Amino acid sequence: MNLRIHIPEATEPLPSIRTGNGLLQWISSVDHKQIGIMYLWTAMIFFVIGFVEAMMMRIQLARPENSFLSPEAYNQIFSMHGTTMIFLVLTPIAIGFATYFIPLMIGANEMAFPRLNAFSFWIFLLGGIILYFSYFAGGAPNVGWFSYAPLSEKYYNFTPGVDYWALSILLMGIGTIGAALNFIVTTLTMRAKGMAINQLPLFVWMIFVNAFLILSAFPVLNAGLVMILLDRQLDAHFFTTSTGGSAILWQHVFWVFGHPEVYILALPAFGIVSEVIPVFSRKPIFGYEFIAASSVAIVLLSFGVWAHHMFAVGLGTTFGAFFAATSMLIAVPTGVKIFNWAATMWGGSVHYKTAMLFALALLIDFTIGGLEGVGFAIVPVDWRLTDTYFVVAHIHYVFIGAALTGGFAGAYYWFPKITGRMLSEKLGKWHFWIFFIGFNCTFFVFHFLGMLGMPRRVFTYPDLPYLGSLNMFSTISAGVFGISFVLFFINIFWSLRHGKKAGDNPWQAFTMEWLTTSPPQLKSYEKVPLVKSRRPVWDLDHPEDPDWKRNQKPKTADHDQE
Amino acid sequence: MKDFFNAIRHFFEQQFTSSSEGAYDINHLFLQYLILAAVIFAIVAFMVIAGALKYHSKKRQEVPKQVSGHKTLEITWTVLPLIAVTVFFFLTLKVMKKINRPFKKDQKPDIEIIAHQFWWDMRYPKYGIITANELHIPAGEKLLMRIQSADVIHSWWVPDLGRKTDAVPGHINHSWIDADKPGVYKGTCSEYCGAEHAWMRIKVVAQTREDFDKWVEHQKQIPPAPTDSVAREGAKMFQSMTCANCHAIAGTPANAHIGPDLTHVGSRTTILSGMLTNNLENMKRWLTNPQKVKEGAHMPNFMLTKDQVNALSTYLEELK
Repeated sequence: MNLRIHIPEATEPLPSIRTGNGLLQWISSVDHKQIGIMYLWTAMIFFVIGFVEAMMMRIQLARPENSFLSPEAYNQIFSMHGTTMIFLVLTPIAIGFATYFIPLMIGANEMAFPRLNAFSFWIFLLGGIILYFSYFAGGAPNVGWFSYAPLSEKYYNFTPGVDYWALSILLMGIGTIGAALNFIVTTLTMRAKGMAINQLPLFVWMIFVNAFLILSAFPVLNAGLVMILLDRQLDAHFFTTSTGGSAILWQHVFWVFGHPEVYILALPAFGIVSEVIPVFSRKPIFGYEFIAASSVAIVLLSFGVWAHHMFAVGLGTTFGAFFAATSMLIAVPTGVKIFNWAATMWGGSVHYKTAMLFALALLIDFTIGGLEGVGFAIVPVDWRLTDTYFVVAHIHYVFIGAALTGGFAGAYYWFPKITGRMLSEKLGKWHFWIFFIGFNCTFFVFHFLGMLGMPRRVFTYPDLPYLGSLNMFSTISAGVFGISFVLFFINIFWSLRHGKKAGDNPWQAFTMEWLTTSPPQLKSYEKVPLVKSRRPVWDLDHPEDPDWKRNQKPKTADHDQE
Repeated sequence: MKDFFNAIRHFFEQQFTSSSEGAYDINHLFLQYLILAAVIFAIVAFMVIAGALKYHSKKRQEVPKQVSGHKTLEITWTVLPLIAVTVFFFLTLKVMKKINRPFKKDQKPDIEIIAHQFWWDMRYPKYGIITANELHIPAGEKLLMRIQSADVIHSWWVPDLGRKTDAVPGHINHSWIDADKPGVYKGTCSEYCGAEHAWMRIKVVAQTREDFDKWVEHQKQIPPAPTDSVAREGAKMFQSMTCANCHAIAGTPANAHIGPDLTHVGSRTTILSGMLTNNLENMKRWLTNPQKVKEGAHMPNFMLTKDQVNALSTYLEELK
């Protein structure tokens, strides 16, 4: 495919706040690297806000019948916490890394649509600002991150919180869709010479299939958001049951988006560990084809599993059976990935760098999260566990255990490329262990709380046996968990100034982004080598044993066609 | 800390002791699932931890053999999980059908549950009784519940007595309830329903058939008119002020069903859906300023004087 888009040669050096009219250059930038960095900063800033909200909830729940927060304040805070962490933290982490590294990893100097790229970021950020503006406009949304109708309708909810919620997610959705389009076109049209689609680095592949998921899921959500805005602003009756609307329709619309969204946030993390584990095992990824194909299976299946969020709604046995089957089935390709990642280490030479430790933590914690998912597919078990703290444990094991842990693996792995300096390994290891222990202590007890009968989204609970002590344990652990993030931020700010110089390829990694300088210049590549295998940098570093030669042996004919 | 370990022990005990048939089926299936999950987790944890330890770079040559896959292994770890989930799919079907026992289309439910923002309306159509928040059932019998909502989505859940069932406006659900032994079982609304979602608790009192019949007889009776002067004053106020616009008391003109039925409110153990113990003092606290006690509940603050509160509370507490 020769759809290369001409981008004018940049002559200025990479702008920064320190050079000349810095801030303005960042705001007006269309450079994918700068936009990627801005996504990552956005994620970090909103993370601090979201974490403060989480700690306020934990303090309120530390003791039964506590009165630290009023019910209304608590309900706003848990809604904002969920919305912030999902849409304003995990999403920009994924998109930020993808925006920065997709062009670099495929040997391109820019995204296919640089202006769309900038537009996507700014409209996304605008969405985030509008969400928080709601606090000043009469009250934040207070109906959770999935705003179930009719509770979110005007009749039951007369502050403008839900309007701001819908509007902000609508904007963020548009931004995300723009980014997804850009990823697809960039991957399809701007690959270096010789790089076949089945030679993409797995991170690029995961983002590529993920982009299709975004393109199919977000428009459904946006349609739903428009419907609820019409209901609230113009008295339409889509979801108002008292006037003939359907409360269940909203659940369908939301979860058709909502369940794929889980994979939208998890797949980029899967992509990151698919890069990190082989590099620190000094081996190619085990079963590339199977990891790549299982991602496609996940994307396709994820559209047929949404109603396992609705087993308690009472939609009948046949309905339950169908969605139980699909939800169980999706565990299989997910399992294939886990096994392949673990197998990559076997027979390798494993280097315990912080990035690798986070990748291994993902394997452990996401296995717990994934197995819980199977539990929710077993309909009778779901009738017991759904809407309890067990589901709160599950969402955190998936979103923290996979998406955020993967994000940290990516941060430690790519920080040297982005900044030119290494993150401190010593601080990093402290960060990792406190994170891992703090996370598991905070959230594992949620399983027990759920089984003991504590429903989710309660601002307080009666003093029933065990609830108090388990909650107190979780709150204290959450404090420990918080320390790990402080260490991470200290590490960033310290390493930006004093970190060891990285050099082009500090990890002896295999993919193209490590060919250019750290940090890359405004124009990343003057020239890129002809790609002959999935590990172009390995081939250059090991001319005696390049991948393409080894893979060539069994089928010679195959290579000639390329 | 001791309490913490007790909690975990209790969690496992809970899986082996069930208070009803529906809960037994769910717990049993949950236990089977827990075993499967534990086995898979152990395999993954072994692969990860043993792999990381055994192939630590210190013990290995810098450049290991470049292996990139193994077809038989791939097929193994695709097919084995597939078999496991297939088994669980059929178990799911079996248990799901068993718990959702069929009933005739025109079958009259034993109990009607109508969920409201932050309280439960409970009716026994066969006996003509209406009560709130505290459900009485005869132990050892399977009863059909009709669950619906008057406003937003709620969810009926008594963990010891079986499945969770959502109360969805515009959508009627049926669910079976039973308890093996007499006892008190606690539950709660488990779909977020607004400000006071946390205080929408459920209490189920399972009784022997005889005790249950006695309770029914008692509930059917119209409460006797108050005798002392303070309560009589309260009764008068109840009808003349706005109380009767939302609440019903059998044997009086008050028959609105917007708020809980108060016919035998004095006989209940708690008020405000399990939030407070039912006694004169708490009733006074509540009537003095409802929004201070249960912020967001739909009962407004009527700015009653101390004497009015006293009279009303005395009257209500006498409705046994």
